[in-house]
Amino acid sequence: MIESWLDWDWVTRNSDEIWRQFVEHLQLTGIAVGLGFTIALAASLIAVRFRRTYTPITWVAGALYTIPSLALFAFLVPVTGLSVTTAEVGLVSYTLLILIRNTVAGLDGVPPEVREAARGLGYRHPRLFLEVDLPLALPVIVAGLRIATVTVIGLVTITSIISLGGLGLFILEGVRRNFTTPMVVGTVLTIALAVAADLVLVGAQWLLTPWTRGRSSTLG
Amino acid sequence: MDLLADVAAWFADPANWEGRNAIPRRLGEHVQMSALAVAIAALISLPPGVWLGHSGRGQVLAVAVVNLGRAVPSFAVVALALPFSIRAGLGIGYWPTFLALLLLAIPPMFTNAVTGVGTVERETVEAARGLGMREHQVLSRVELPLASRVILAGVRVSAVQVVATATLGALVGWGGLGRYIVDGFAVQDNARILGGALLVASLAIVTEVGFGLAERLATPRGARKTGQTEGLATPPPA
Repeated sequence: MIESWLDWDWVTRNSDEIWRQFVEHLQLTGIAVGLGFTIALAASLIAVRFRRTYTPITWVAGALYTIPSLALFAFLVPVTGLSVTTAEVGLVSYTLLILIRNTVAGLDGVPPEVREAARGLGYRHPRLFLEVDLPLALPVIVAGLRIATVTVIGLVTITSIISLGGLGLFILEGVRRNFTTPMVVGTVLTIALAVAADLVLVGAQWLLTPWTRGRSSTLG
Repeated sequence: MDLLADVAAWFADPANWEGRNAIPRRLGEHVQMSALAVAIAALISLPPGVWLGHSGRGQVLAVAVVNLGRAVPSFAVVALALPFSIRAGLGIGYWPTFLALLLLAIPPMFTNAVTGVGTVERETVEAARGLGMREHQVLSRVELPLASRVILAGVRVSAVQVVATATLGALVGWGGLGRYIVDGFAVQDNARILGGALLVASLAIVTEVGFGLAERLATPRGARKTGQTEGLATPPPA
């Protein structure tokens, strides 16, 4: 049964290529989540400081989120070509809605009395933000980062259609040749990467927020 | 930019309004396929989801299903449906696309049905029982109306995801609006790529907004102000 879906010889013969695309997949994801988080953090700070901007910001991010990825890449290809830029612009735009929503919710969730107490102790911006707001908002922000990262790992498979690398290349190759082995390899490794990345983020949060240990996390 | 002129010319070209590749035909295929997949997925996923929510079980399963749905790339589901469909004697094109869309539509609806019904306040449900309502009345008159917004949000999320993923059907030999994008890439015809992308993006946004409005209209007034509107199913974009 398994043999009819997975040809191990193909896997051994192509192990170098599989590793290369795995690394490329990781890179495309890392850049997208990193850039996405930077932009989302800036947008969230604006939204928290100037409340009226929150609705329009989520409208734009929501519209980007709704556009199917293949269509979004298609919009970009005539402008930025079959390039990493095209892939990253598309991937980043899918992280924004989740990251902005969670970052704003996280910052909103910081109890005002804690902030007052910190002020009383002499905390001022940017220390107040970096040492009080951000750490307290971290669990909700990380929850957003986890969803965004897993989502992007799945979406990177689509970039193979615009001739870029990543594990989607194997899925596409499998479809084109009607050969299941590369499809299975691409799918299994993509899911494994998503699960691993999720666990790494859970671990990072555990390390960074020692005060939340022993309590159940607030947002899943 | 003359790219915009090219796209306008593509839409104006009578060749794109007749024959196999006619825009209304491709649009019709896309809508029909998506609607059928969402409808059948709803029949499969909503009854067990509602029942699990009513019996107060399945919360862990609901979270697991939505996480799984997010971790499995929709492109992989479409791709793997192809050999599966060929081996089952269903061929390429229509069936692999339909099977993939059906699978992808289930998690958001199932999860929101479980959490939507399961998170209706227990006091409210107990009060209904105290008033002498039977179990099916508690479900149909109290739990379902109060959970309707979350359940419908699940349907909206599924529908948007299905409309988006149906675009990938063109890769496994099916039609739909993805044809323009995939064929456009193959022959490097930017006007066709952009025209197709514009149609797909518009359909996705119309679906999102349309279901959003239906959600509001169908939600009983008393249930409108409850905090939870999205349920668990943040839509995975496809």
